[in-house]
Order: sequence, then C-alpha cells, then structure tokens
Amino acid sequence: MAKLGLESPSRRAFLGGTGALVVAVALPLKSLAQSGAAKVLAGEAGAQSFAPNAFVRIATDDTVTVLIKHIEFGQGPFTGLATLVAEELDADWAQIRAEHAPADATLYANAAFGPIQGTGGSTAMAVSYELMRKAGAAARVMLVAAAAKAWSVPPAEITVAKGVVAHEATGRSSGFGALAEAAAQEAPPAEPALKTPDRFVYIGKDMPKLDTGGKLDGSALFTLDVYRDGMLTAVVAHPDKLGAKVASVDETAARAVPGVVDVKTLGSGVAVYAETTFAALKGRRALAVAWDETGAETRSSAEIAAAAQEAARGRGALAREAGSVDEAFKGEGTILQAEYLFPYLAHAPMEPLDAVIARSEDGIEAWMGSQIQTLDQGTIAAVCGVEPAKVAIHTMLAGGSFGRRAQPTSHLAAEAAQAFMAAGGTRPVKLMWTREDDIRGGYYRPLMAHRLRGLVAPDGAILAWEQVIAGQSFLAGSPFEGMVQNGIDPTMVEGASDLHYAIPNLHVSVHTLPSPVTTLWWRSVGHTHTGYAVETFLDELLERGGKDPVEGRLALLAEEPRLAGVLSRAAEIAGWGRAPGEGRAFGVAAVHSFNSYVAQIAEVSIEGGVPRVHRVWCAVDCGLAVNPNVVAAQMEGGIGYGLGAMLFDEITLEAGGAVRQSNFHDYRSLRIGEMPEVEVAIVPSTENPTGVGEPGVPPIAPAVANAMRRLTGRTPRRLPVVAAV
Amino acid sequence: MVVSLSVNGEAVEVDADPDTPLLWVLRDHLRLTGTKFGCGIAQCGACTVHLNGQPRRACVTPLGSLDGYDVTTIEGLKGPEADAVRAAWTALDTPQCGYCQSGQIMTAAALLAAVPSPGDGDIDAALAGNICRCATYVRIRKAVKTAAAALKG
Repeated sequence: MAKLGLESPSRRAFLGGTGALVVAVALPLKSLAQSGAAKVLAGEAGAQSFAPNAFVRIATDDTVTVLIKHIEFGQGPFTGLATLVAEELDADWAQIRAEHAPADATLYANAAFGPIQGTGGSTAMAVSYELMRKAGAAARVMLVAAAAKAWSVPPAEITVAKGVVAHEATGRSSGFGALAEAAAQEAPPAEPALKTPDRFVYIGKDMPKLDTGGKLDGSALFTLDVYRDGMLTAVVAHPDKLGAKVASVDETAARAVPGVVDVKTLGSGVAVYAETTFAALKGRRALAVAWDETGAETRSSAEIAAAAQEAARGRGALAREAGSVDEAFKGEGTILQAEYLFPYLAHAPMEPLDAVIARSEDGIEAWMGSQIQTLDQGTIAAVCGVEPAKVAIHTMLAGGSFGRRAQPTSHLAAEAAQAFMAAGGTRPVKLMWTREDDIRGGYYRPLMAHRLRGLVAPDGAILAWEQVIAGQSFLAGSPFEGMVQNGIDPTMVEGASDLHYAIPNLHVSVHTLPSPVTTLWWRSVGHTHTGYAVETFLDELLERGGKDPVEGRLALLAEEPRLAGVLSRAAEIAGWGRAPGEGRAFGVAAVHSFNSYVAQIAEVSIEGGVPRVHRVWCAVDCGLAVNPNVVAAQMEGGIGYGLGAMLFDEITLEAGGAVRQSNFHDYRSLRIGEMPEVEVAIVPSTENPTGVGEPGVPPIAPAVANAMRRLTGRTPRRLPVVAAV
Repeated sequence: MVVSLSVNGEAVEVDADPDTPLLWVLRDHLRLTGTKFGCGIAQCGACTVHLNGQPRRACVTPLGSLDGYDVTTIEGLKGPEADAVRAAWTALDTPQCGYCQSGQIMTAAALLAAVPSPGDGDIDAALAGNICRCATYVRIRKAVKTAAAALKG
C-alpha cells in the first residue's frame, strides 16, 4: 500500500527571503516528492522549473502550478486565483495546477489583514484580482522575451494563446515548458500590462474546478490523511465547562490500554498518545480528570441569555447615530418593539480540527488546515523554541471551516505544538479532535441579544430606528484587538451600524459582555444576527406602514443602487407579486456583507409545526464574477448553512456551565431532504470582484422568517426555530 | 486477533483489536485515507463504505465482525454506477470542501445499483444519513439524477 506521508519540498527555501511580491529569481527546483495521490497538492513538476515570481511555477513538462496563498476549504480559491494567472498567461486550462503556498508573510500577506498571511472576511478574490493577474502577465512577458531571443524575432510579433507561444511569420511555436529555462534568465517586468476585460478568455467563464477530481476518488489529502514515519496520534481530554483547567489526572487506566504510549497534561487538557487512533480514543475514555473550575463559565446559557437581554433593554456604547430617535419617538405614529435572542453556534466543519507536527532538518514542520498561517507559524515557533522562519507550514485542504480555523489565538496550533513537545519533541504527532471536541470545545458564534424599536408614521414612513445589541466580543483581548475602535467591536454591529435603509433617525448601540466561553467568527460573522434582526424588523415596519416588502425596501434604497439591484433581480426571477403555492408564503431579505450584495426570496410552508423551505431565489452582486459556477455554488451552500442553523442549531450550557450538545445527533445539520431548490442570478458588473464565501448566508434566515410571519402572524424572535416551535 | 477480509478486491489480514472500527483499520492500518472520520457515531456518513456491496458506516463497524467480508472503499469503487456518479459529480463540480464526498459517492453509487431511476424521495431517503456542511445538496441531487439518466443511456 502506498504510504501517503508527504515529503517536504523545500519551497520556503526557493521562495523565501526576497521580501518582494514579484521576485527576480528563477531557480531550478527539485521535483516535488509526492504521493501519487497528491494531485492537488503537487503538479507533475519536471526536473527544471521556471518560477518568475512567488505565485507561478512553470515546469519543463508544460505544467503551470499556481501557488495559492489562501486556504482551499471549498470556497474556491484554487480555481479562482489560478484562473487569474491562466488568463494573463494565456495558458491552456488543462496545464494549470494549484497548490497551497508556503507560510511566508513577506510573500503572501493578505493585503486586507496587513502583514499577515491568512484567509477570511471573503477577501481572497478581492485582494488577489490584480496581484495574481500581474503574476501571470509577468510570466507571459518573460516567456515571450525568451522566445523572441531564441527565434530572433521582435517580441511584439509573438502571440500566446492556450499555452502555445507562436510567431506566425516564421511558423515557429513552442509550449511553455521548452521555454522555461530560457525565460528564467529574463528580467521580470515591473508593471506588466493587463488585459482589458473584453479580451478575457477564462475570467467570467465556468472553468472546471481544479480540486474536484481528487475529491471523487479519495486521493485529495486533508490533514487527517497525513501519516509520518513513527507518528503518534494524540487526542486531548478537554473540560466540559469552558475555561476550566486540569486540576489532577489519574492516568493509570489510560496507560494500561494496549497501544497507548504516553499521557501528558497540556494547557488545554490531558493528551493521550498512542500508536493508533483507536487506542488513543480508548485511552482517553479511560482517563479520570478532575477539573479546576476557577476560571470557567459556570452560568447556564439561559442565565447568560437573560443577562444579555437585560443589558439590551438599556442603551450601550454608541455605534451609530443619525438625527434624534428620542425626538422622533415623541412624534405621531406607531411604535413597534422587538427583542431577539441568538444562540451560541458551533461551526461543525466536516473535518474536525487536526494538525500534524514533526521535526525537520533545521526546524519544525506542520501540516494543518491553517487559515491564518502567520499566527499559527509564530505560535508553533514559540512553543517549540525555534524562529518562526524555521517553521514550515504545509497548508492542507481542509474539510470546511466556516470561520472555525481562523483563530486569532492560534489555539489549535498551540495545542498541537504543546502535544508534540510534551511527548519529547522527537516523534511526529498528529493531534486529532473528535466531533465531541468540536461541538463541546467552544469558539462559538457568540450568543447575542438585540432589542429594536421603530416608529412608523401615519403615512407609513419609517422615521426612527433604535437598535441595542448585547453579547460577547471575540476580538477583545485577541491579537486582532486593534479592530476594536472606541470600545466597539465592529463585528458585533456590522450590518446594523451601517444600516443601508434611509431612515432619518437612527441609534445603534452595543453592550460588550465578557464570558469565559470562547467565541469566534462564524460564516458571515456579525451579519449572522444583525441581518436577521434588521431584515425581519424592517419587514414588520414596512407591513405596518402598508408597504410591499420589495417595493418598500427599494423606496429606502435610493442611495444604494447595488443592494437595490439584487433585490430587484431576486424579485424578478422569483416572479414577485404572484401568489405562492397553497399554504405557502414568500419572504424576502437583502444584506450587504463583505462588500458583496445578496438578496434572497424564500417560498415556505409550515408542516407539522416545522417550516419547510421549498425554493429560494437568490441574486448576488459580487462585482465581476470570476467563476460564475463557483459563485452560484457558494450562494447555494451559504443558503444551506444559514438555513440549517436557523432551523436547528444551538449550543446550550446546562446549569453549572457544562456544554449540553456533543455530536450531530443533538447538534443538527441540514440534511438533503431539507435543502430547498435554489436559483441563483448573478448581477452583471464591471466592478472588481468581491467575496462570495460568506455573503450568501445572512439573507436566508430572515427571508424564511418573513415568510413564516405571513403564515403564522409571528416572527421567530429566538433562534433556532425548531427548538422554539 | 487476525481478521481476514477483502478490501477493494485484495485479500487482507489485519491483526488488531477486534473492537477497532473498520474506519481506523482502513486509515491507520491500510492507509486508505479516502474514507473520512466525521462523527464516530454513524450520524454523518463521511465514513461510508460498501460491505458486500451494501453501504455501511465504517466508524461503527468493528473489525471483529468482518471476517470474510468484501469491503469496498472510495479508492476501489468501480463499475458503471461509479463511473456515472463520478462523471455527473465532475460535470456539476459538486464538491466544495470535499471531505464528505467520498461518503456521498459511496451512498449514491449503491443507490443507483439498487434503484436505477431514483426520484427525489429515493434520493432524500438514501442520502439522509450523509451530511454535507457545505450544503452541496442541490448539486448532489442533480448529479444523482444525471448519473441515473446516463446509466439508462
């Protein structure tokens, strides 16, 4: 049986240390040692390669490997970013490969994050659109220059199309591979010219995804699939109450399990090491750990929720004010009020967290679905006592994330590195979380409470909007604390403090309530709750004012043409205005998030007290859609992810603070029979591309809730819906 | 305990704790890593394999119960249903993160072998135990129908 361990190509060595985004070096590369299965990770690189910059490698066998600085976990950067390179390089799509770039912030920083390499906020395409096109264009210029010299013809007479460099007059032509070595001698152009959009061949087309094949035959490699010689598998016993620490441990029975090699106490819990996964799991079950709850959350989630709701009844720190709501509320009209409660949510990616740590010749190697490589690299370095530059991270395909792998605290990298060092720092260690670790392990979308008050004038105009938001900030105290401005965590109020509807008197404030419960961004972050509160409450105000949900919104969006645009488009494809099927109702919502605009209309019925979503019409404006099929897929997936959470999901803490849920039997996921049909329309745009990973999520829950209100007369004020029904 | 079974058509003898779930036998002992761990309690379907041609959850199937069985994993899945399923999955670029897709494909291929022209109800019932957190369900359903149509030729 082929060993699926991955050897370590020294990619850092060839790419690192230049400090420039487009580097003037091209070195012959050792062929990437690879498992035959690792198609996605390593192209069929030849013995000599041409690497005109940190993003493109052209091998003598004609393959073009695009190094992707963002992690691929289904949202499509492998295909999307490679498309940009292929476009400007005029490559043939069949010769394009994609693999993760190494961890090196000097080369691969996310321009939206500052000097940090990472993925999040649906930024990958937005920050790469020009950068990756220039990388492709530079390589093309160098290939053309090499051909011109070899053929003694002017470069301007040379054409490149579908991977063929040609000179028509002399009939000469060549593939990229044959020119790679000569091209490597050419100076990279500082500012290569880019195509105008009318000349695009691949951008805007549904190019087949580069990572599909390996995901159909088991050959795509995830972190869990990494096996190293001599590797131990470690599982960690974590506390039932978030924030508790190990007080004492009786490891006798665990050590008696055949295959268990060691037991060590880490900062986060007690690690059991074994020769096999099953032995490690058995050993962990045999542990007896006493926990010190001094720093733990010992309140129930009901108590935490009550505190948040109580806080939201008074105003908090001011996030946005326009006009004067206090004056406006004295005026004539109807005042509506609503209180909302949103539960803790686990992300529950299909692949629970995992990481492999090993010693390399001169440092440390890590294999993990690293979403913020620079922080993980620094964390592993600190724990292992080496320089960050000596930590090579192999970013692996990851089985989803939805925010879970983007850890400002690098807690997974820290636990994996601690597990490795505690076991002696010699044998490679695979740290594996089980689903129970995942569901019970914290880092949830925070529990949030909202209180809204609005005034509808006798003529139906919405004159005042007051919104108070209360919950926990996951940025406060984290390395991303700089995002907190004037005491306000923008991720708690986004979507509310930047309300797009023209309402003359506005007051949005926030209470930040600390807790030992660890919390984190969850796909679409603050919009997961603000989108719901804003879009359902607005719908009620419009109804009270006698307005149509679509027309009423459009009337308030005169200054927001792109949001109005997706709303109109969604209404168009849904046939808004027609009667829904018998026993069904339509609901609409539109949310601007992560610089993209999405409107959704849901057709809903109630069956046995449970909402059934039959169909969803979705319109998205994400600027230029680089790969429309990927954009549509992200909308479909965002709808399913948001709908599952709205219907079924909550993490609760029992009296005393222990997490109640543990696995998919009590933390429900949407299943295939509950998935609506989805029709997606992409609004044509010439704006630069913006993200699609998150923006599909926020509108679905309020769209469904608005339909439910038409059927039942009530807006669900507390999610999830099914637990509340 | 030594258990003799067939994995992807090859005779294999595994010497391990008979309680070891087939999932970990495949992964740790045989290094067949296409079968994924998602829940460990038969709730998500990521570990779906075929036992004597029937889809089963490898995470709750102990090695000790498998003497003489034929095990097929995603790496060894072959035949007209498998080809049709993979072709349809490719045409629709169905996977997102891809982690659950081995299980989805194992279940879909078994469905088509049993029910050549599945309706929505058949598809929903057969695949109800296969969770996809990326919610690629729209495409999975479409791909199963596409594969069924292709098989009828």
